[in-house]
Amino acid sequence: MPEGTTPTMALLQISEPGQAPDPHARRIAIGIDLGTTHSLVASVRNGVAECLPDEHGQVILPSAVRYLPEGKRLIGAPALASQSQDPANTIVSVKRFMGRGLKDLPHPDHFPYAFANQPGMLSLNTLHGLKSPVEVSAEILACLRQRAEDTFNDDIYGAVITVPAYFDDAQRQATKDAAHMAGLHLLRLINEPTAAAIAYGLDNASEGVYAVYDLGGGTFDISILRMSRGVFEVLSTGGDSALGGDDYDRCLLELALEQSQHQALNEMDASLLLTAARACKEQLSTQEHAMFSAALSDGLLTTTIQRTEFEDRAQPLTHKTLQAVKKALRDAGLKAEDIQGVVMVGGSTCMPHVQSAVAALLNCTPLNNLNPDEVVAIGAAIQANQLSGNNPDGELLLLDVIPLSLGIETMGGLVERIVPRNQTIPTAMAQDFTTYQDGQTALALHVLQGERDLVKDCRSLARFELKGIPPMAAGSARIRVTFTVDADGLLSVSAVETKSGVHAQIDVKPSYGLSDEQIAAMLQDSFHTAELDKNARALAEARLEADRMWLATQSALKADAQLLSADEQAVIQQLMDAVLAIKTSQVPADIEAATEALAKGTEAFAAARMNNGIRKALAGQHIGAMS
Amino acid sequence: MQSAGSLQQPLSLAATDFELFGLPTQFELNRDHLDAQWKALQLRVHPDQFALHGSADKRLALQWSVRVNEAYQRLKNPLRRAAYLCELQGVPLQAEDNTSMPAAFLMQQMQWREDLDEAHTKAALTSLQSEVHRAQQLALQRCAHSLDIDQNWLAAVQEVRALMFMERFEEDLNDRLDRLEDA
Repeated sequence: MPEGTTPTMALLQISEPGQAPDPHARRIAIGIDLGTTHSLVASVRNGVAECLPDEHGQVILPSAVRYLPEGKRLIGAPALASQSQDPANTIVSVKRFMGRGLKDLPHPDHFPYAFANQPGMLSLNTLHGLKSPVEVSAEILACLRQRAEDTFNDDIYGAVITVPAYFDDAQRQATKDAAHMAGLHLLRLINEPTAAAIAYGLDNASEGVYAVYDLGGGTFDISILRMSRGVFEVLSTGGDSALGGDDYDRCLLELALEQSQHQALNEMDASLLLTAARACKEQLSTQEHAMFSAALSDGLLTTTIQRTEFEDRAQPLTHKTLQAVKKALRDAGLKAEDIQGVVMVGGSTCMPHVQSAVAALLNCTPLNNLNPDEVVAIGAAIQANQLSGNNPDGELLLLDVIPLSLGIETMGGLVERIVPRNQTIPTAMAQDFTTYQDGQTALALHVLQGERDLVKDCRSLARFELKGIPPMAAGSARIRVTFTVDADGLLSVSAVETKSGVHAQIDVKPSYGLSDEQIAAMLQDSFHTAELDKNARALAEARLEADRMWLATQSALKADAQLLSADEQAVIQQLMDAVLAIKTSQVPADIEAATEALAKGTEAFAAARMNNGIRKALAGQHIGAMS
Repeated sequence: MQSAGSLQQPLSLAATDFELFGLPTQFELNRDHLDAQWKALQLRVHPDQFALHGSADKRLALQWSVRVNEAYQRLKNPLRRAAYLCELQGVPLQAEDNTSMPAAFLMQQMQWREDLDEAHTKAALTSLQSEVHRAQQLALQRCAHSLDIDQNWLAAVQEVRALMFMERFEEDLNDRLDRLEDA
């Protein structure tokens, strides 16, 4: 296609001035571990995935944001270091608040923050006004994005961000919103244990069934996976989103207070005790006993803690994690002896009694030859590199599962399960509903997530109102509601009245999370879009999508033009030329219309190519099975 | 191996699960082969393979990936596979409106329920579990014979219904075991 060459270059130069005009140039893709206590960014360089250090050589960024007067802010280590100067304006462990309302916090008074009960998600009142947890997370993500841009001296094409496997829909959506706000093109949300398995499995060329035991600062996750030649199939997942290393710290702290007869009298004491507990815990990982000391307001606390005392006190916590491991095994239909190895992730797995308890249950030596702090970011970077097309010959496929069941409210406050947990995603389930009144044209649905039978024990995700049902006699309408969970684990709902074929209109009222309007408003005054007006942003997005569509069509034609007649090819070529021609327009809607026309015009071609791919898959398998 | 004849026609989202996976329409199947087909198909249709594509391709990939997962879930579960085969033969389960079961079967169910109520130890529960498991295996064998050899769909449907009762009982049994272990 000689006429295609020059315009392609122009196209890329217009929209992505920082990138090489060669469409086959490497795209910079990053993996981000957005953790409760700290966050990391990694990328694949020269075929090797590694964490990117900041200008001081540190790869770990404490997940802390301090809001200062005059619109200034500190992020990471300097924020954490000065936390005691202004605890109310120093937000740490914001991940615990993602997708959560004020009433979800068991002890809001245990935090030094001025919470505000906003609809959808709690907010924090800071020197910079009300801040949603999404905005605070976006500050951390933007800081890591900047670090990656500085490292490569280039724009970032896209990012994979990790979330705990046990995160529900609201928490995942909040993470996705934070990425958007930080100006990152989110390629995929993946589960932390799955990311660890990728890093581990590819590093060790492991095959077979493995467990990933991930004990982080604030959450515990367990996943059982089958690994085979680049395919990572999650068989089951489980855990506890409110159990982590912090709870072990609290055990030590209680022990120290009991032994010393001291008391925590204020905020400052509490914070000093936690710091002392963390230091003591680290020592106890390598020593039989350790000194616990903290200068409290009622005097200096010093006491010696025996490792065995600590282990006895923390035993119920470890037991709780082992129960979750057993449950995950049962869900996968497996026994402990089926597990070939267990990957340990998270700093808390350094505790020897945790290691030995897991080893005893699964009867295998824990694998920990990769840095437990870095392994999640490394796995995310490998997946990001793959999704950006930098590794066209490599095969990497994640078949993850939905961690919590989805259901709807029925009569009497009961939950009817629609999508059971541990089902491979993407997945969809359809359920038929009917009307109970003559001429009824609307239907309300309440979607919940969780394993319990009662509505009050599950997490409310959203209320849907289906409107525009054709009026019929009671009980005669057949409304098929389809719940689709995409590869990120996010839910969408569609509905159709099957007798008339009328698509019901759906109004979604998310119980948690932010509405589109709230996000738009936050984007408007967020730091990274401050210089862009709404139109410029829409224009940039429209051009990017036009580029993507144009390039995707070009490579599709290159690969599978033989599936089209000459006429069909000419039609597609015209649509592509039209996209190119309109690219310089200043009206986003015009560009979007041309892109949409190209998308519509290539639907049949896309379907034919998909069919071709499926046939190749089956044919390949047959050859494999016969040989 | 079965013929690859279905590969000549274009596959659509409406193809049967068996057609989609290139498998013969029968109850017996090789689980390893099914798993391999599933992964081969997902390597072609999973949305991650279309990360660089336009939104139309992504939508299509999502639809196909969902469809392939749906078929896999149904094919890998013997009970659901049997029910699906009966449905394809025009003999739906009618599980909700048709619950009439042979008296002997119902007697056995009642006996099991009583046994479950009286089982308070792990040993008693696991013993009941293996008894149920044996009954399931026998019913599955009879079901397979009805489907693949006799082609007696009505007999097969009857076995599927019995198996559904047993599955529900097994869930209750497992719940009890879980609670015992968590305590």
